[in-house]
Amino acid sequence: MDFFNDPNLLPWLIPAGPLLAFFVITLITNKAKLVPATDHHEYGGHHPDYEGMQVPVVNQTSRVISVIIGLAGVVWALIISWIVLSEASQLHHLGQDVLANSIAWMDTGDTSFFMGVLVDPATVIMLVMVPIAVLMIFIYSIGYMAHDPRQARFFALISLFAGAMLTLVVADNVLLLFVGWEVMGVCSYLLIGFWFEKESAYKAAIKAFTTTRIADVVMLLGIAYLYSFTGTLSFREIMYSPETLDLLATTAPIIFGGWTVSAASIIGIFLIIGTVGKSAQFPLHVWLPDAMEGPTPVSAMIHAAAMVSAGIFALIRFYPLFAAGGDPHHGIFTEPLAFMAVVGAFTALLAATMAVAQNDVKAVLAYSTISQLGFMMAALGIGAYVAAAFHLITHAFFKALLFMAAGSVIHGMEHGEHHVHEHGGHGDDEHSHDASLHSDGGAEGGFDPQDMMNMGGLRKTMPVTFWTFLIGGLSLSGLPIITAGFWSKDEILADAWLVLEQYGSGAHGMVFIMLAVAAFMTAFYTMRQIALTFGGEPRSEPAKHANLGQGLVSFTMTLPLLILAVFAIFAGFVGVPTDFPILGPIFSPQYNNFKHLIIEALPLSDATAAFASLPDYHAKAPPFNIIPVATSFLVALLGLWFGWMTYWRKPLKAGQADPMVAALGPLHPILKNRYYLDDFYAWAFVKPSQWLGAQVIAFLDKGIIDTFLHVIGRIFTWLGDLVKVLNLWLIDGVGDGIPMAIFQLGGWLRRMQTGRVQQYMLLVLAAAVVIGIVLVLSSSAMLVG
Amino acid sequence: MFEFFGIDALSILIFGPALAAFLVAAMAGLGPSKSVGRWTALTFSILFAIASIIVFFDYQAAAPAIGEDQFIVTQDVEWFAALGARWTLGVDGISVVMILLTGILTPLAILASWNVEDRSNMHMALLLFFETGSMGVFAAMDLMVFFLFYELTLVPMYFLINQWGSLPKAGIKYSGRFYASTKFMIYSFGGTLGMLLATQLIGWSAGTYSMATLTETWPLFRQGEALLGIDVSTVKALAFAGFFVAFSIKVPIWPFHTWLPDAHGEAPTAGSMLLAGIMLKLGAYGFIRLVIPLFPDVWLADVVLIGINVATLFALLSVVGIVLGAFAAFGQNDFKRLVAYSSVNHMGFVGIGIAVLAQTYAQLWSGADPNADVQTAIIAANGTVLQMFNHGLSSAGMFLLAGALYHKTHTRDLNDYGGLWVKAPIFGGILLFTSFASLGLPGLNGFVSEFLIVRGSWPVYTALTAIAMIGLLFTGGYILKGIRAVLHGPFNLRWRDYNLELTPAELLGIAPLMILMLLTGVYPNWILPTINATVSTLFAGLTG
Repeated sequence: MDFFNDPNLLPWLIPAGPLLAFFVITLITNKAKLVPATDHHEYGGHHPDYEGMQVPVVNQTSRVISVIIGLAGVVWALIISWIVLSEASQLHHLGQDVLANSIAWMDTGDTSFFMGVLVDPATVIMLVMVPIAVLMIFIYSIGYMAHDPRQARFFALISLFAGAMLTLVVADNVLLLFVGWEVMGVCSYLLIGFWFEKESAYKAAIKAFTTTRIADVVMLLGIAYLYSFTGTLSFREIMYSPETLDLLATTAPIIFGGWTVSAASIIGIFLIIGTVGKSAQFPLHVWLPDAMEGPTPVSAMIHAAAMVSAGIFALIRFYPLFAAGGDPHHGIFTEPLAFMAVVGAFTALLAATMAVAQNDVKAVLAYSTISQLGFMMAALGIGAYVAAAFHLITHAFFKALLFMAAGSVIHGMEHGEHHVHEHGGHGDDEHSHDASLHSDGGAEGGFDPQDMMNMGGLRKTMPVTFWTFLIGGLSLSGLPIITAGFWSKDEILADAWLVLEQYGSGAHGMVFIMLAVAAFMTAFYTMRQIALTFGGEPRSEPAKHANLGQGLVSFTMTLPLLILAVFAIFAGFVGVPTDFPILGPIFSPQYNNFKHLIIEALPLSDATAAFASLPDYHAKAPPFNIIPVATSFLVALLGLWFGWMTYWRKPLKAGQADPMVAALGPLHPILKNRYYLDDFYAWAFVKPSQWLGAQVIAFLDKGIIDTFLHVIGRIFTWLGDLVKVLNLWLIDGVGDGIPMAIFQLGGWLRRMQTGRVQQYMLLVLAAAVVIGIVLVLSSSAMLVG
Repeated sequence: MFEFFGIDALSILIFGPALAAFLVAAMAGLGPSKSVGRWTALTFSILFAIASIIVFFDYQAAAPAIGEDQFIVTQDVEWFAALGARWTLGVDGISVVMILLTGILTPLAILASWNVEDRSNMHMALLLFFETGSMGVFAAMDLMVFFLFYELTLVPMYFLINQWGSLPKAGIKYSGRFYASTKFMIYSFGGTLGMLLATQLIGWSAGTYSMATLTETWPLFRQGEALLGIDVSTVKALAFAGFFVAFSIKVPIWPFHTWLPDAHGEAPTAGSMLLAGIMLKLGAYGFIRLVIPLFPDVWLADVVLIGINVATLFALLSVVGIVLGAFAAFGQNDFKRLVAYSSVNHMGFVGIGIAVLAQTYAQLWSGADPNADVQTAIIAANGTVLQMFNHGLSSAGMFLLAGALYHKTHTRDLNDYGGLWVKAPIFGGILLFTSFASLGLPGLNGFVSEFLIVRGSWPVYTALTAIAMIGLLFTGGYILKGIRAVLHGPFNLRWRDYNLELTPAELLGIAPLMILMLLTGVYPNWILPTINATVSTLFAGLTG
């Protein structure tokens, strides 16, 4: 295969870079040396000390090479992605024409399952976003993880993470998508639990993996069903094929026959449940806030560039299936669409309320992620395909920015805290996440560098972080016109308004209202976060000294913020609606660039027109309407203004209570404790499972089955003894030999003294005798007969 | 082709290990040091591994030319004329995969027991002797020979558990290995008694023990007539029950599984590896090779009182095994027993695959449903055989790791570990890899076969497949529980002065398994076409 002359083969190479980097780092550049587990210089980071123990740690050379290899893998992926993008742009009609290649991967009877790659419009938008965002995260990790003894392992794992995400992006079938999906799940498990000695970290890791797995096994059923129904899992043969979609939409399902639903609806809902887990939607959202236990670059990876985006990306891929049998642009919603609309809108609102009451700088962002993903899911539910894809991309940029900026804040706070402890001493390991953190901010030190109540005034000591965080935050809030977040969120609201206006009440009509409220709260809590972190005066000693220091660490942690800030502002201008006043003609003179590209990932109108069950996927964009735009302006500005008035103008003093506590009253603890959902799940699911696990062994296996066997053993022992006695009594001295042998064996066994051995052996002998008799009798009967 | 130095390759694979076993055992008496015995055993087992790999690829190369009948018979001579049993050896795409697995696992088991000091020659000899038994089962084409080897595998395994099993726990006078080995023996032996009867009955009535002939003639044998004064269908049902119980115990199908956690838990590392890796496959192989083709009508018969047919009952029991096996593993605090219960969980998928195959085969054979979906059954059967191979890799790997840890710490209690990743990063990484292969992570081997089985069983046993997903969910639960207890958390300073890292021998033992797990996950078609071709021919005579 000549990879460089045939553009169809190129997509294979995109994930190959990071995957290769993973293997090289894992297998080759891992030369370790033993260091004392009390050496904070070489064994710093989030690890307890172990007195008198040597631990293997990757040496400095291997570590540097590992970092370089990890970076090289991603740069490779980025370059190949750009080549692929330029090749794709030269195709006559991207969408109908694609770059694709596949190989026979698994023989199934007369046919084969083909595994391959595909570059279509949906892949293209992801290839624009993912490699850049991932590269920024890698660069950031050079500094952020510089003093962690396991930096090489970290780079191996994020390389695998990136490779899995890119595999998912270029996959041409559901199964390969699922491969990337699950490998990412494992990577997130390993990375959330990266500081595996911390209880909170490994618990969060297990929670993340288990929660998403609940969804994944349902999704697996959906995939199996789809595969058995269509005989293929290729996107081209299902999602682009009106015939297949029509068949799916008009056939009754194999289960739930009582409902009047189609096979497409059941498969669709199974697949959506997969995303409910992966993209942390209610009721499976509980893992995502805990996932911030991992190092901050991981949070950026999970919350922005990969993982959760993968869930929405999968929905975008499957969208033609969800809409088959309905027509969202004419008010006919299928069950999968309704499911997405309800779950998405509810999650968007629910998560926004929880974000208001959080004090952890990363927790606020985590809830905002859940909320924003809810926006996308709801958008897909009302048929706003383009808007959902658009928001996916803009959100990835500004959320990656926000997480890394928050990571810088934490890093700065730790630095400041260290400074306070050292009273000005500038040792080389000053940047490590070390010092008093061995107690995990718990009992001993009590200082939590992530608690916004300890911050304040950081705009002075960390200006670059402040400005970039501000840009990201405003984009998240949807500050009108100048931020990317505005354009994508506005488009979702515009579509939602159209549904409310034209098709009235019902679940779909509510989407607009719920999202508008959620958007208002988003702006509010974002302003609250910015004000608490950067505004006012420092509320703790470490906050006074918080900064990133100088040198490589500072540089690698700042550069990605600046680059992503550019995207957080300008990425929105590719999707300005054509009829938007003033700006429309400037940015979209002929057509909305983003829409023009992505809409081609859907089946053509001409092809679907022949099938009554299928909607026109290429329906016109809603005409410009002042109400949703005005709403967008209003909720964003109002939210920001409230936040400004409450937190920035009257900054909190150290020790002062959050105004929210008084304002929300009894509601505040409920929101802060996430509606007690985690406790409920622990009570309703986790504890019973553990109980059941213990009972299966104690009650079923040992109690019933083994007891039954032991009783049979006893009976036969008794029978054997009876036979023995009879033998001794009746035919003793006849010299038969057999009873003697049994007796001797019994004596021998008795010497083994295990009791049960004896019983069992006698059981065997007795059984053999009985069966031997039966055999003899039956064969003689046969001969006679 | 299928010959080495002019000698039949299958015969070499069967008798070679036995001869090597005698050689190694004899060395113990002659005086050379233990390491000579070890090296001899390893060298021979590697030679047999190479031979089995050659046999596999020879078969793969030859298979397309064989046509309808996928068997290659290499030996067929008169053996036990009085009974009518013949010494017939041969392979098809299913047995050759199992032979490959046996050949690969034996040297790895020998490497895993490299540090056994107690009567090490005898230990190695028994491992080799076990290889003889398993190779014999997979190569036998004659029912009597099959039975002979099937029973033969019990002997070395019994002694391995009984003599080299776990050490007595503090405060308990007798080690659990005596109970476990006896239970294992009784269970297996009790199960095969019925099978012996059934074998005799079939051989005596049909006048032959040839599996190929029986497959053709036995299902039709005296249909509607009487045998021994009893309706022939009753006789067949009894014979079926004999095989069914014997193989169900071996797979193990719930509720015939309670010997397994004891035997696995108490066995030495190599014993557990071979027990889980190979021995369980004997049962599943027996179902596919014998029970499905010989008793198609019985599979469709309704079970008394329950109102479902036998195949469906089998699927139901398999799903119960999947779910309860996962829960039981989740409830374990003994590392080896946790892995043992995972076998119940994973082999349940093999069970449900077999049920799909049996149901479809029987429907087509009897004409009950001439439109039964062959494609679905082929996919399920492909998944089943591949799952047997995959479980062989991952369970052997898991037992190697659990055994390695036990060997160093002398405890299997998960609560005694903790944070071992700090001191043993290579062990930790490999444990993660193997655990995730066992969990069925896409990209590694287990997923491919589980996906095929789920796909195959979904249209046939829809609700049961959905319930099996609970088991799949808790597979994650117990795997993560194991990882968490061993690797995560602060390092348990009790092991501060222990070297917990894998030894070179253990590393060599696990490396081939890891390569195969990855290879099968990334490109299953290196092995699948061989399985697929044979499975497809099962149905060739039944459709159109």
